[in-house]
Amino acid sequence: QKSSVQTIGEEQIQNPYTELVVLKGHQDIVRFLVQIDDCRFASAGDDGIIFLWNAQTGERLFELHGHTHKITAIAPFYSSDDSEEKNHLILTASADRTVIVWDCTSGRQVQKVSCFHSTVKCLTVLQRLDVWLSGGSDLCVWNRKLDLLCKTSHLTDAGISALLELPKNCVAAAVGKELIIFRLVASNDGSEGWNVLEVKRLVDHQDNILSLVSVNDLTFVTGSHVGELIVWDALDWTKQASECNFWDSSVHPDLQPEIKLSQSPNETSVQHLTSDEECVFAAVGKGIYVYNLQMKRVIACQRTAHDSSVLHIEKLPNRQLISCSEDGSVRIWELREKQQLPAEPVPTGFFNMWGFGRANKQANQAAKKMHENTPAYFLELVGDLIGHSSAVQMFLYFGDLGLATCSADHLIILWKDGERESRLRSLTLFQKLAQNRDLQCKF
Amino acid sequence: MISAPDVVAFTREEELEDELYREPPLPEEYSVPLFPFASHGANPWAKVASSKFTRDFILISEFSEQVGPQPLLTIPDDAKVSGTFDLNYFSLRIMSVDYQASFVGHPPGSAYPKLNFVEDSKVVLGDSKEGAFAYVHHLTLYDLEARGFVRPFCMAYISADEHKIMQQFQELSAEFSKASECLKTGNRKAFANELEKKLKDLDYTRTVLHNETEIQKKANDKGYYTTQAIEKANELASVEKSIIEHQDLLKQIRSYPYRKLKGSDFHPYEPECALDQANMGCDQDLTTSDPTEPGETHLYAHVPSYTPKLIKAKSAKCFDKKLKTLEELCDIYFFTQTLDQLHQIERTFRGDVCYLLTDQISRALLKQQSVTNFLFEDVSFLDEKPPEKQYRGCQGLSQDAVGRKCLEEPPAPKVVISLGSYKSSVESVPIKMEQEMEDSQEPKMTESVTFEHQENLDYLDADIKGSISSGESIEVLGTEKSASGLTKSESQASLPVSPSPQAGRSKVGSRRTVSEDSIEVLSTCPSESLIPEDFKASYPSAINEEPYLDDEEGGLRFTPKLNPDNADEQEDISKQENLMQVDSACCIGKESPNFLEPLPDLGQKPCDEDGVVRIPPQPYRQVEPGLRGSFGGFPSHDGISGGLLPYELDSRYLSGSREVSKSSLDECSDSTSYISSAASTCSDRTPSPALPACQASERHKKKAGQNALRFIRQYPFAHPAIYSLLSGRTLIVLGEEEAIVKKLVTALSIFVPNCGLYAKPVKHWVTSPLHVMDFQKWKLIGLQRTVSPAGVNVLHALSRYSRYVSILDADSKTLRCPLYKGTVVSRLADHRTQIKRGSTYYMHVQSILTQLCSKAFLFTFCHHLHLPISEREPEESVVNRRMNFLKLQLGLANEDIKIVQYLAELLKLQYIQEPGQGANPLLRFDYVPSFLYKI
Repeated sequence: QKSSVQTIGEEQIQNPYTELVVLKGHQDIVRFLVQIDDCRFASAGDDGIIFLWNAQTGERLFELHGHTHKITAIAPFYSSDDSEEKNHLILTASADRTVIVWDCTSGRQVQKVSCFHSTVKCLTVLQRLDVWLSGGSDLCVWNRKLDLLCKTSHLTDAGISALLELPKNCVAAAVGKELIIFRLVASNDGSEGWNVLEVKRLVDHQDNILSLVSVNDLTFVTGSHVGELIVWDALDWTKQASECNFWDSSVHPDLQPEIKLSQSPNETSVQHLTSDEECVFAAVGKGIYVYNLQMKRVIACQRTAHDSSVLHIEKLPNRQLISCSEDGSVRIWELREKQQLPAEPVPTGFFNMWGFGRANKQANQAAKKMHENTPAYFLELVGDLIGHSSAVQMFLYFGDLGLATCSADHLIILWKDGERESRLRSLTLFQKLAQNRDLQCKF
Repeated sequence: MISAPDVVAFTREEELEDELYREPPLPEEYSVPLFPFASHGANPWAKVASSKFTRDFILISEFSEQVGPQPLLTIPDDAKVSGTFDLNYFSLRIMSVDYQASFVGHPPGSAYPKLNFVEDSKVVLGDSKEGAFAYVHHLTLYDLEARGFVRPFCMAYISADEHKIMQQFQELSAEFSKASECLKTGNRKAFANELEKKLKDLDYTRTVLHNETEIQKKANDKGYYTTQAIEKANELASVEKSIIEHQDLLKQIRSYPYRKLKGSDFHPYEPECALDQANMGCDQDLTTSDPTEPGETHLYAHVPSYTPKLIKAKSAKCFDKKLKTLEELCDIYFFTQTLDQLHQIERTFRGDVCYLLTDQISRALLKQQSVTNFLFEDVSFLDEKPPEKQYRGCQGLSQDAVGRKCLEEPPAPKVVISLGSYKSSVESVPIKMEQEMEDSQEPKMTESVTFEHQENLDYLDADIKGSISSGESIEVLGTEKSASGLTKSESQASLPVSPSPQAGRSKVGSRRTVSEDSIEVLSTCPSESLIPEDFKASYPSAINEEPYLDDEEGGLRFTPKLNPDNADEQEDISKQENLMQVDSACCIGKESPNFLEPLPDLGQKPCDEDGVVRIPPQPYRQVEPGLRGSFGGFPSHDGISGGLLPYELDSRYLSGSREVSKSSLDECSDSTSYISSAASTCSDRTPSPALPACQASERHKKKAGQNALRFIRQYPFAHPAIYSLLSGRTLIVLGEEEAIVKKLVTALSIFVPNCGLYAKPVKHWVTSPLHVMDFQKWKLIGLQRTVSPAGVNVLHALSRYSRYVSILDADSKTLRCPLYKGTVVSRLADHRTQIKRGSTYYMHVQSILTQLCSKAFLFTFCHHLHLPISEREPEESVVNRRMNFLKLQLGLANEDIKIVQYLAELLKLQYIQEPGQGANPLLRFDYVPSFLYKI
């Protein structure tokens, strides 16, 4: 039986990453990577330590100690107005029920809040209002000086799992199966006080909402554990479209039946969502799906993109998509248009009919449906990065600087374009030569 | 290693028949003059002179005041070494040419005896009858009981090979100076102790005498003294005088001018003022300080255990007493130190002179290649100087012992670079000044400095040998000082000058055979006490100046090939050639003409480097503060710019291919190196030595070379495996048995480029699963294969990371790695090679790897290969240029490019690394398919 996971040989012409640097420091699973500026990023994980790194050189800039438990959320907080000095802060929340604000330039702890009743599971910064929100069993609104502006009543014990900023000072919070919309209203009395009001509860999801992503000012998308994907209007919070079980094998007949049998909710959960203007990219179980917002259907998919759950995906500007998974690999995909669009499905259909011999009605229908549904695009594997020995939790795409991946094997790996690095080193070399005045007498 | 001894066997054709057809010459320092007796069909390694000893040895002799010259000991201390060689006779010879007019005693106008801190004298003696040539190092040690307080000794390095002595003169001098200094330091300490004891004795005697006188005075109430009393009084007076004398001596010995020590090796001409100053200081001390100052008492307290003896008025007769042994003369600690040092010297200079020279050249060149030498060389030895450290130890001790702090640093021996070395020692001779003046008339000659230098050497060479001779049994052929007395014209007239130092050297060889005298002093280093007048005065009849007019009757005559003008022309031509070569060889792709603009400047670089190659390496004088200085010079450029000569040599000779099968140089050199080490009688029958510092690594190299040789013969897929190592892809040797795996790893380790200055990235044996970080750290790993569950994990990890590694399975004899289609590795590891010895193969590998290094260097440091010429130039054209350079200029094919690129990357990383911080190790890899190779 052949493996259903698409593999790519050792020859990967399009894979630019031919150099890697391993960053050691963490002593436990590294779960979060967050970009600070063009060349710096922070990493955090279960050991409660935050490291700041230089993405170009791999140099460790700071090692921030302060939390006693694992980090549960991390968010960058940029100074908004004081343009004279760019002050980069990061917020970290931990299972020790504290939130700490760190200064990225000096590597010092700016302030620490420890008045939470439960672990803060998500942090979001509303740059526009210069406030930040922490979500645990309740939702709190803080200003830059770490004054608590307002908070909601106790929501659930499970607490808020995800927060998403919406237009008009609204915030969507995923609380279990429900999606609660809050609105921040300027308080009547205070100078800069805010009140937070619950505006609406959306209960369309059948299971826990795992991921939230904003597509543009008008739409946002949510995904749940049982594989529902719902597109919402960001202004009036109505459901625009939903794809409930678009990964159902009946829709996609070429899926092997035994996989269908072994299918568990885990394999259909929407782990992560990302989007560009046109499409939403969903990491569903082991697969990756591309949902077109205009066409309101899945236009391309890779049902088993990895050997196990895909944990994080990201769309690159160049039609490429990167995914990382529990199997420890990172894969690079490219969204390509199918060329022989009209002719191609027919033989497949024939093959299906004849190949399966006793093609029942459902299969026939499915084939027909597939015919209509056949994605006009497909995801082609253009490269994979193997370095981690355990689940790759997250990655951060730095453009030209490369890619940083973090993993349960306590490591962060910087993947770089070898050609570019080589060129940069040459540049440095000649600069150094010039500095040493070696060349001046000759050239 | 830059060179293999194989290369030494090349002889340079003195006359090149066809100028047009001339190949770029072998770098000068590797060429050996044609064997003078080749025409007689003689084996160059055959015994030239009939020496009666089997190998070089060191002899210590003394000119005993009782029995005359006598040998004390030899190193190695083995009767077989000296064989039938008459040590007594030779001692007599060498001790009789001690030029030291070391005057100790009462100098006129001084009340007290003065110690003279004389410099050692360094002489080269030849005894052609005995077939023995010796570097003789005379020194004097102080002995209170000896006549004039001094005992003359000498240490001699005796060899049958005159060339060796002459060429290694500087090194021998430096080493022996150290040994001598150690000996003398110990001696001074012992002498001071002896003086202290003597002083106590005298003091005690004085007290006793004084008491006796008092008693006599009391007993004798008469107004006059008895003769007895007068005698006693006289005795007392003489004891008191003796005390003062001895105190003065003690003061002198303790005020030994240590600061002289610092440069004593290199400033043989140091003016006497230092000594005078010291003496003056001494005098001042005398005048200002009271003899019974606290220091003195402290001194007495120092040796409380000594019970003073009464000293008889008249000391024992000279011949009754037993003279102190050398061991007693020096402190036992210093004596053993010195012996160690001498043993070290013996080891260092053991073996054929070719080997020594090649080795020294290699090391010198290697030192210059500061940018690339870390890749394949063991550069650790470049820093360490074990004998010196040892010496520092003993210096420090002596410092403590004598209580002086003048000595801040031990004498750092100038690193001397062979060929012209002993000649260069003569450079401060005035004759050079004349020479320079003459040359200064031609300021246009840019490279005149180097050339003139050579020429100069030749004059001096001639002078040293040709200045003085005598018809008597002892022939002093020259001293440096006497040489300086000769005018240039004289020497020119008597000796034809040839521009190459090699020619000069062979001249000596030929002349030696003409000489009928049994002992000749070939050259001396100055001793302070020696000036020509003295010299002439003391040996008025023995020395006649005799121009070397009868030179022509010698078997060979070297005529000057070029007069200086000609040489200029040649130099110019060769320079032009170089420029041309640079033209073609430089980094410009031919399609980019605007690159030509910076060319003339660029051409300067290899040209200069060429200059380095052409002359004996003298980096301390010739390194300019320019590009080469910090690049460390890269002499191997010559090979590249000069039409890829090493290539041709290689493919023709070294790879031992079918065309040349048996007569290939490889075989030749292999066997000759065998001859030279095992059967050489010319100099030494002992095997050529390793450098003492890295003898162990030498053994390792040999073993690794042998294993590697076996590997390339056994495994048909050796090439891709070696390619993996050279291109930075980790090679894993997988096997069940540790010994087999380790053996393979050792064999392959010689192909692994170093990533930094530290240890090789080789891990001999690993049992746990590998990780991505291991591939960063290690480029060659021996991995255990087990059947346990852990073993499964190991294999799983391997298959997971298979894209980063090549796997050599030692059990099933398979290799999984990328394809290799280049040519470099096939030269490196030809399974049909005729090389038989491990060390030879190791050197063969090193020479090819050095070629690769030089290519990588060129590639790395050509600006326009990596960066655009103008800002608008697109990246593609740079890439094109780069590839063109690699393919066309460096002549690399297919995968060879990747090797050079990898090495270049290592060079870059090494160069840009800030000294303080350790760079993050990075792993570079390619997405290339692997193939499975089976036997």
